[in-house]
Amino acid sequence: MSIKKSLVTAGAALSALPIVALAQNQVNMSPGVTKVGAEIYDLHMLIMIICIVIGVGVFGVMLYSIVYHRKSKGFVASQFHESTKVEIAWTVVPFLILIGMAVPATSTLLEVYDNDDAELDILVTGHQWKWRYEYLNAEGENVSFFSNLATPQEEIYNSEAKGEHYLLEVDEPLVIPVDTKVRFLITANDVIHSWWVPEIAVKRDAIPGFINEAWSKVDQEGIYRGQCTELCGSYHGFMPIVVHAVSQDEFQGWMSAKRADKDAQIAASSVDLSLDALMTEGESVYKTQCLACHGGQGEGGVGKAISGSSIAMGDLGLHLDVGIKGVAGTAMQAFGEQLTDVEMAAVITYQRNAFGNNTGDVVQPSDVAQHKQG
Amino acid sequence: MGDHHHGPAKGLSRWLFTTNHKDIGTMYLWFSFAMFILGGTFAMIIRAELFQPGMQLVEPGFFNQMTTLHGLVMVFGAIMPSFVGLANWLIPMMIGAPDMALPRMNNWSFWILPPGFLMLASTLFMEGGAPAFGWTFYAPLSTTYAAPSVTFFIFAIHVLGISSIMGSINIIATIMNMRAPGMTYMKMPLFVWTWFITAFLLVAVMPVLAGAVTMMLMDIHFGTSFFSAAGGGDPVLFQHIFWFFGHPEVYIIILPAFGVVSQVIPAFSRKPLFGYASMVYATAAIAILSFVVWAHHMYTVGMPVAGELFFMYATMLIAVPTGVKVFNWVSTMWRGSLSFETPMLFSIGFLVLFTIGGFTGLMLSIAPADFQYHDTYFVVAHFHYVMVAGAVFSMTSAVYFWLPKWTGRMYNETMGKVHFWISFVGFNVTFFPQHFVGLAGMPRRVPDYALQFADFNMMSSIGAFVYGASQIMFLYNVIATIVSGEKVSDEQVWDGAEGLEWTLPTPAPYHTFEVPPKIEATPAHG
Ligand code: HEM
Ligand SMILES: [Cu+2]
Repeated sequence: MSIKKSLVTAGAALSALPIVALAQNQVNMSPGVTKVGAEIYDLHMLIMIICIVIGVGVFGVMLYSIVYHRKSKGFVASQFHESTKVEIAWTVVPFLILIGMAVPATSTLLEVYDNDDAELDILVTGHQWKWRYEYLNAEGENVSFFSNLATPQEEIYNSEAKGEHYLLEVDEPLVIPVDTKVRFLITANDVIHSWWVPEIAVKRDAIPGFINEAWSKVDQEGIYRGQCTELCGSYHGFMPIVVHAVSQDEFQGWMSAKRADKDAQIAASSVDLSLDALMTEGESVYKTQCLACHGGQGEGGVGKAISGSSIAMGDLGLHLDVGIKGVAGTAMQAFGEQLTDVEMAAVITYQRNAFGNNTGDVVQPSDVAQHKQG
Repeated sequence: MGDHHHGPAKGLSRWLFTTNHKDIGTMYLWFSFAMFILGGTFAMIIRAELFQPGMQLVEPGFFNQMTTLHGLVMVFGAIMPSFVGLANWLIPMMIGAPDMALPRMNNWSFWILPPGFLMLASTLFMEGGAPAFGWTFYAPLSTTYAAPSVTFFIFAIHVLGISSIMGSINIIATIMNMRAPGMTYMKMPLFVWTWFITAFLLVAVMPVLAGAVTMMLMDIHFGTSFFSAAGGGDPVLFQHIFWFFGHPEVYIIILPAFGVVSQVIPAFSRKPLFGYASMVYATAAIAILSFVVWAHHMYTVGMPVAGELFFMYATMLIAVPTGVKVFNWVSTMWRGSLSFETPMLFSIGFLVLFTIGGFTGLMLSIAPADFQYHDTYFVVAHFHYVMVAGAVFSMTSAVYFWLPKWTGRMYNETMGKVHFWISFVGFNVTFFPQHFVGLAGMPRRVPDYALQFADFNMMSSIGAFVYGASQIMFLYNVIATIVSGEKVSDEQVWDGAEGLEWTLPTPAPYHTFEVPPKIEATPAHG
């Protein structure tokens, strides 16, 4: 009895699932916030509707046959088996329909490819497994930074509740001005990635050694989220993209703040920090940059173990070398450019003192700067 | 010839040394079913991990090994060999030949397959794990950044390629030379025609695949830079070569499936196939066009706009001959005298679901729209509609249709129908929602996903478990038929079936058509 009851409940739940799901979930492409995106959406709807209409016709005829032309109803089969006229008709008519689709498709495609006259150029570089953004033609010095997944490991491994933007949040978003033609120059540092933000209608492969172009002109301020869409290794699913589209004034303000930050960083690298401060900062850098490969307890994984490592407990120069320049031919990347001197000092200090390494070594930002100079 | 009938040898040596097309066909079919179960197991691991957001069962790296092996095993281990098995069994019986033209090579084509797949599967236990770069193995992820097991993967691909090439040369030779007198090309059953064309596709593109993996091997071990910009090469070159193989490959998978339904639908409609000649021409047109559309898989790599336009127009054109085929099948059913035994159910399932896959294919062919679809679950839905509901449903239909002729025993019809309905519902519950999550922005080949995709993914996983489980019923039904199915001795088996194979005794004896049949006696198709 109880088995039967639970089966019935399960059955009811299952059959209700599609309806519930439909009510809450996005089921269609979004027109997004650009003119091109809206055109692509219209194209998508046009072709889908044509397909549905043809489908209803074809399946309708078939269904009629299935219902009425049954042997069990005593229906006797006709023996007709060809008709050149009909064959020509259903070759020519679909051909004409295709031409009807090709015309708007061509004009939209030409628009997508019109990369000229951009007002702002941003170099987008895919790395395993993060994005780097560099603003190129803003006046003054280039501004650049890395954008990492911000979702904590605890959420991914289910020990903490998942936040609203689970897997679609980054530590530092890309900021672009609205009503501005922004050109993205897209490339990669290691394997092929693909930079996709559905709402701003850009998807372009990031290919090491080559630069692809794409552009977008966003109409509405807002936050738009996307992901890497070309399989790029283990953490392909964990390198999201977040774009903040802001007013042009706000963008200018953000840009000046970024420049000021950069100056502050340079200044900060000459100030010495306490062991505690370095450890706290180091832990957070470790979690975003190192943990995926080296493990939460420094036990290793894709990368070697940090806990008890001869490098992390041995010669400091070598340890800094590995952190700054990486190890060629392995998954260990060069972090010299990705981290500020303060962050590098902190994470090196952290690795030398956490996970039972307890060397007591304190590495200061100035040590890092000095080491970089050689 | 024909003066004495000797049966098969006894024991293991029968299977190891056999040159009999029926034995070899049987081995191909069982092997491909084993691979179907293996590839299905990988799929169940994938769907179990994707049941909920968050990482639960496997690590991301292992997840990628699963998606890669799932694709490779299903395409090269399950679907392709299953149709080769069918070709072995049926082509000689359909054209009135005593065996395949090159029987010893036939033995080899089969027997190098199991070691090839053993090599591929063994990579799971190697240091660094199995290949984790997707069944499309794009460089440089599959070269500079791959685990050491990639070398074994390359050799496995070579072995499978050699097997396919030998198999298709054999099929071409058989069809060209072994037809019974009077069996003109335009009298051949459609299944023979589609395989004839498929075999040419295979001979043309398998060497290209071999070239691609050899270039990878050179890049990995001998210091060349075909696919590395740092040495003057180009990673996109890899994609061009791969898809020059890969797009014809998808037609290699589907054309024999077209052939099967073109036999089954007329049989259960009790009416000749509508437009036989146009079916042949449409198949040829699809095959020829399939060589000039490969870059529709690469719309986002940054081709020049002229290239995009060319590949878009060419791809859209394929919809025309594909449409002709669908219209012909529906017209075959129209005013027929239909009955719905299991083979017919699977063929109708094919017809409906393949058509849906064709529609999404047409949508994907529109380059600007593909910028939004590409590498999302929308593409995953598309190719499962054409490959699972297309190729696998058609293969299942074929097994139910010809099993009584092969074994002389009838399968359990009720169980067959239940198998169909569970498969049909399970399949759609699995893959229909993937259109939605794809359009809503979920990329493919990810081990974890954002919360808004959770409901549909759970549905997909439930559907997948149902579809997977229903295959056990299929296996049971087939074994039960062989062991203790009700005997059929009627040559015809199905009252509406036509073709030479149905003129043979049931079960088909070990050697058939040692004396060529008279073709005049059998009705033509056109
Ligand atoms: C009307 C016919 C068809 C058209 C117009 C068509 C079009 C396309 C397009 C444009 C793509 C690329 C989508 C993307 O990656 O963004 C694609 C992917 C694919 N199609 Fe089709 N298709 C058709 C039929 C078929 C058939 C018959 C098969 C196989 C039986 C097939 C198998 C595949 C596969 C396996 C992929 C994905 C490959 C991958 O990236 O892993 N398609 N199709
Ligand atoms: Cu294709």
